[in-house]
Amino acid sequence: MATNKTEDKKELWRWVESRWTNPDIDWKKGEIISAGIDVGSVSTQCVVMVDGELYCYSNLRSGSGSADSSWRGANFALEGTGMKVDDWHSCVGTGYGRVNVPMSKKAITEIACHGRGANWMYGPQVKTILDMGGQDCKVIHVDEKGKVTNFAMNDKCAAGAGRGMEVFADFVGVNINEVGDRSFNINEEPKPVSSTCVIFAKSEAAGLLREGWPVNKVLAAYTSATAHRVWELMERVGVLPELGITGGIAKNRGVVERLEKELGKKFQPKKWNNPEYEKKDIPFDTQIAGALGAALFAKALVEKERGK
Amino acid sequence: MLAHWGYQNGSGAYFITIDTDKCNGCGKCKEVCPQVVFDVGEDPADPLREEPVAYVSEEHRKKLRFTCSPCKKYLTAEGGSAVSRTPPEVLAQEMKNLPCVAACSAEAITHSW
Repeated sequence: MATNKTEDKKELWRWVESRWTNPDIDWKKGEIISAGIDVGSVSTQCVVMVDGELYCYSNLRSGSGSADSSWRGANFALEGTGMKVDDWHSCVGTGYGRVNVPMSKKAITEIACHGRGANWMYGPQVKTILDMGGQDCKVIHVDEKGKVTNFAMNDKCAAGAGRGMEVFADFVGVNINEVGDRSFNINEEPKPVSSTCVIFAKSEAAGLLREGWPVNKVLAAYTSATAHRVWELMERVGVLPELGITGGIAKNRGVVERLEKELGKKFQPKKWNNPEYEKKDIPFDTQIAGALGAALFAKALVEKERGK
Repeated sequence: MLAHWGYQNGSGAYFITIDTDKCNGCGKCKEVCPQVVFDVGEDPADPLREEPVAYVSEEHRKKLRFTCSPCKKYLTAEGGSAVSRTPPEVLAQEMKNLPCVAACSAEAITHSW
């Protein structure tokens, strides 16, 4: 008798969830423990700071519920630290699901949080921040303190954003982490696909593959279309040096390097502003900028409350 | 801060820009706008600002092209067809006559289309 067979297809879009703790900090001695939770449409981050120093963070995939994602993010970040959510003095929620973060005192938009967070990560020299998120992209100008001076956001359509990249990677059967490298493994740079809309780009890619294009070339065409789309938004707001990039797509050099070429400018290397952090080799995760900014705002709220 | 509310797509760029350094949160734009596109309250992009500020409400940000079209008569010719090309100086003047732009004594509001 024939039995049903199931097949375990590898899910190539599944990027790895991660967490990190700073072993040099004893949080129990901290005066202000502030947390930021960024519940995005695709990923969720939780950052905990102790007296303004990075203590731990987590980065994971969002579920369908913002509250549930917040809890998973918080618990994952606090894993093995002995800290509890109740130990936080303040928490700020941000991102797409910010109003449904149960432990947060306040919800702040991702524009303000990304500005703050990226300024803290890259340093005051960064004046233009490009955040390429799961379903939107934003271009933000900040002053040397991280205050937003100009911004535009495109959240009307997720074309060319992180989720699109996930769908596309899965479609062509390439692990999402390899998309960037493989898109450069080509003989000559192809024309970008004519549409960044994932649905249309997918059918266009299907056509190109049928014509006999190698997968890498298709990836090059898609990543360059993505780069071009963001470039249009950057042109609107203007590009002030230096440039910093945050978000998941920042990890995809296929998009980043093509965008640099189009802009004729380089993004700042992904390095901490604080040389101590560099020395300690703390992983620089471009995805935590929003949550980090939220944690900084949470700290400011505590300070305001305590009348400092 | 220049807050660009809106979007751009294949058909064009549809942004309402509010200069929050000029805006004093008086709310006149909200009063005169027939579609009530604006809201006045805590600055969504600067939570530390004490003064209220005008911004485009979340409801309208993604459909400004359509929400604002009743006021943008300069974009449609008689009979409803799109104007093929409006001279830039006419466009600039017409944009100044938009209810929200004209109502703002601080000159904080500009439209991109």
